[in-house]
Amino acid sequence: MTLAVFIVLAVIAIASGVAVFVVDSMARATFALAASFVAVGGELILLTLDYLGVVTILMMVMEMAIMVVFMVMFMMNPAGLMPMSMLHNTRGALTIAAGTFLLLGAAAVLVPWPARRGTVPADPTRAIGEAIMGPQMPVMVGISALLFATIVSALVLAVPHGRYDQPAHDSGETDR
Amino acid sequence: MTSLVQQAPAWSVLVAVPLVLCAAVLAGSLDAVLDPRGELPLRARLLRPVYEASRSLLVQRRSTTAPDRLLWAVGVVTPLLVAVLMAQVVPLGFAVVSDLGVGLVWFNAMDVLLWAGWWLAGWGPNSVYSLIGGYRFLAQALAYELPLMFALTAPAVAASSLSVPQIVAAQQGRWFIVQMPLAAVVFAAAVAAFAAWGPFAHPVGQDIAGGLLVEQSGPARLLLRWGQYALLVVGSAMTVALFLGGGAGPLLPPWLWTLLKSAAVLAVLLAMRHRMPVWRPDRLMRLAWLVVLPLVLAQLLVVSVLAAAGGGS
Repeated sequence: MTLAVFIVLAVIAIASGVAVFVVDSMARATFALAASFVAVGGELILLTLDYLGVVTILMMVMEMAIMVVFMVMFMMNPAGLMPMSMLHNTRGALTIAAGTFLLLGAAAVLVPWPARRGTVPADPTRAIGEAIMGPQMPVMVGISALLFATIVSALVLAVPHGRYDQPAHDSGETDR
Repeated sequence: MTSLVQQAPAWSVLVAVPLVLCAAVLAGSLDAVLDPRGELPLRARLLRPVYEASRSLLVQRRSTTAPDRLLWAVGVVTPLLVAVLMAQVVPLGFAVVSDLGVGLVWFNAMDVLLWAGWWLAGWGPNSVYSLIGGYRFLAQALAYELPLMFALTAPAVAASSLSVPQIVAAQQGRWFIVQMPLAAVVFAAAVAAFAAWGPFAHPVGQDIAGGLLVEQSGPARLLLRWGQYALLVVGSAMTVALFLGGGAGPLLPPWLWTLLKSAAVLAVLLAMRHRMPVWRPDRLMRLAWLVVLPLVLAQLLVVSVLAAAGGGS
């Protein structure tokens, strides 16, 4: 059952990955890539890495939704509504892609992976956090909050008005 | 603590899906009843979902030039599909379809699928106003998503778990809304925002002839409207699970308490429509990032300090 799910997800991931370069529309290419990442997220969940899998899906779909805006915006034809090829530097890209695939595939098959020692912890999310961060966890959590607060404060200082805002007296809002 | 909310057997998904779909239809009736504009008799209001569905299925389909049918179809089914997928981790009473350890993140990931879904619904028809609606939704999503994420973080920190059943179990003494009222309000507002509802209906705004919905006709329109109501229903139920104690309450059985509380939250969300002005995304962005986000972060700080103090003793 697990093997069947693995194969289905793997086929979806590879097929939609290929589709990125076959389709002739920016929107289709972007969301084919998103579908590929979602399938990879599914594989992570299959490895009982629930948190990483779900976060992968979350981040990748969000990224692709933003990326499609920029891709359409910077396309060569107006509004990006006309078909266009997704391929550039065909031969070089193909060589690099095939080489990388062979290298990673060979590593996956040829490396003598160690057998699992122990069992799945009760809370894998906590375990992976401790494995990555260790005793620095509270520090990192504190810093991440600080960093984020810095971003927000920088915005508060930098953007007192939107570009299309009405004058203060018109909207009833106080000026800076 | 952990055994309070039980994972239901696998067949419960066969109950959960129709339940969400039916609740969304009832939400449509409730919306018509709460509509402040019309003078229709009560019976007509209650039956409005039936009228709307029949009209959607009978009306002549709109067609556009060179639509992207595949992406359009993906976009049209996404809201309803997301609502159903979200419902898998939302407890009804003290039973839940799937006690996924990271249910809260699952809910969040599913709501992010709406970024793609709504945009695709706008892109697919190859029509200007429809596409503008899609872009408006993404702009709005940038505004509401971070406050939503931090509002979701608060109950997770307080319960020190990402599992929705554990979060329900952790507030049997005192509901989380007492400790984190702001997070509860922000979360409920974000539910309206990802459903493109009420003050957050700019992507389907009248100023662009219905935006995301302008080219949607027939079953497609029906699915999108149904999806909006389903998202509001599931979002209300999640608000109850995260902040209002889930199925906790005297006398009545837990599942009934969940339904009653969810209906109350849903009624508030539905009533916002036609009673509040619609936020333009740039205005919403300013409100969300310059006011709401710092407030939610402060709320999270309070919750974290309380959790650290409680956990340490």
